[in-house]
Amino acid sequence: MHHHPPTDPIPISALQHYLYCPRQCALIHLEQLWTENVYTAEGRQLHEKAHDAATESRGDRKIVTGLLLHSLRFGLTGQADVVEFHRRDGNWQPYPVEYKRGRPKSHAADRIQLCAQALCLEEMLHVAIPEGALFYGKTRRRQVVALDEALREETRRTVEAVHDLMRQGKTPPPPALEIANAICPACSLQDECLPLVPRKSAARYLQSVLEGA
Amino acid sequence: MKPLLNTLFVTTQESYLAKDGECVAVHQGDVLKGKVPIHTLGGLVLFGQISCSPFLLGHCAKNGVTVSWLTQNGRFLAAMHGPVSGNVLLRREQYRRADNEDASASIAASMVIGKIANCRTVLLRTARERPSRELDGAADRLVQCLRRLREPLPLNVVRGIEGEAGQAYFGVFDKLIRNADPAFRFAGRNRRPPLDAVNCLLSFLYTLLVHDVRGALESCGLDPAVGFLHRDRPGRPSLALDLMEEFRPYLADRLACTLINRGQVKAKGFKHTESGAVIMDDATRKEVLTAWQERKQETVEHPFLQEKMATGLLYHCQARLLARYLRGDLDAYPPFVIR
Repeated sequence: MHHHPPTDPIPISALQHYLYCPRQCALIHLEQLWTENVYTAEGRQLHEKAHDAATESRGDRKIVTGLLLHSLRFGLTGQADVVEFHRRDGNWQPYPVEYKRGRPKSHAADRIQLCAQALCLEEMLHVAIPEGALFYGKTRRRQVVALDEALREETRRTVEAVHDLMRQGKTPPPPALEIANAICPACSLQDECLPLVPRKSAARYLQSVLEGA
Repeated sequence: MKPLLNTLFVTTQESYLAKDGECVAVHQGDVLKGKVPIHTLGGLVLFGQISCSPFLLGHCAKNGVTVSWLTQNGRFLAAMHGPVSGNVLLRREQYRRADNEDASASIAASMVIGKIANCRTVLLRTARERPSRELDGAADRLVQCLRRLREPLPLNVVRGIEGEAGQAYFGVFDKLIRNADPAFRFAGRNRRPPLDAVNCLLSFLYTLLVHDVRGALESCGLDPAVGFLHRDRPGRPSLALDLMEEFRPYLADRLACTLINRGQVKAKGFKHTESGAVIMDDATRKEVLTAWQERKQETVEHPFLQEKMATGLLYHCQARLLARYLRGDLDAYPPFVIR
């Protein structure tokens, strides 16, 4: 899998950050910028999740919450909201379910996060996991996700891209203006990122100060 | 921009500060004087005999609240900061540049340009109201200094120009003071200890400024001890002193003149000690602290970002701009210049 020396395992959450904006991912995971909002928001989520794994049994279904995940092969680490185990022909089949507060989105970020969890579970439990689900709080609907080859390929590519980013250690520039206009307003890292700054020239600004004198 | 966090100044001797849930509780004797939620605070500044519970200090560290201890007269004694944030890549880049003479000279030159331009603006504002040949002459000398900074120069030359500009500026600083009281005459900068009322006021305001700037650098993950313009010395917050340069004229010097010219501080509020040092009385110090806090609330447009913000956020902004420059987002460090 790795054509380069692997970096430290990356949190599965970094995949979502990367898909939202590679620069945001770098600011959080590479530059380790601590920010009130990201930290509190994620802290709250972690807090909700960071209970020890708990198991609940309902006949032919076991529900494990807060299961810690890892993959040595892909260099991933994380925690699953819920992994259900369905009894089939005397075997327990793992079935990851990721809970999202919002509503279903058109982009693949949520599916990729779920797939990354499945890749970890497959490695940890030595089983194939063909399917999982996303549960959206706004719609109270469970969306079945087929973990097919196309999604796996997209997930592997994203994982590799985040590892590359960590290896290079360089924060990418902000996205192009039309993308920035769409995604920056909702980003909690704006103050640290200063997305408009790389489009300005400080050298020209200094020039104008010197010429104004 | 993030909200402007307040600084809590405690000047009443024998006060005791403790953690009360998420609040800082200020006790005087058996009386609870007040509670301040920690998340509204950016710093605590304690003057003289003020004590703090260890749990409060831990809480401050965890919440990124810098605590500074000063003598009752405002001389810096010590500071406590939480763990520096995790941006090790940024700090390594900062050290690399600081070790490189040319890279340091280029950042130092930007900072000095900001400082001299702001000194000149402060002089010209007074000259517009009350024309004076001395003020025009000094402003011209500052322009000469700025012209020389158009070319890349070695670090020691940049430092030399900064010194020269400082002499020209402080040489006419007395002209900025309209108060006729002889106690407020200014014959040049002196410190440690300040020997007259104006120097006492300037030193005190610079202490407040360095506390704030230092906190701003720390919150961006920069190391306040490793500077470009100021040489490193053990215990010296060189980068805080660097970043402070562009703000001295705009925030501290102007406020000192305003306080004197409007009669908000009075000559009798300054006392000569036996050693010749001049200190403020408590009422004067409180007056200055209040004015400082009010000054930070004023709105100003950032000349480079072209955004309106509270004055007290300017150095947070500059610290971020410096960080983004070091991480390669910008082609130079853009100092804060009054427009």
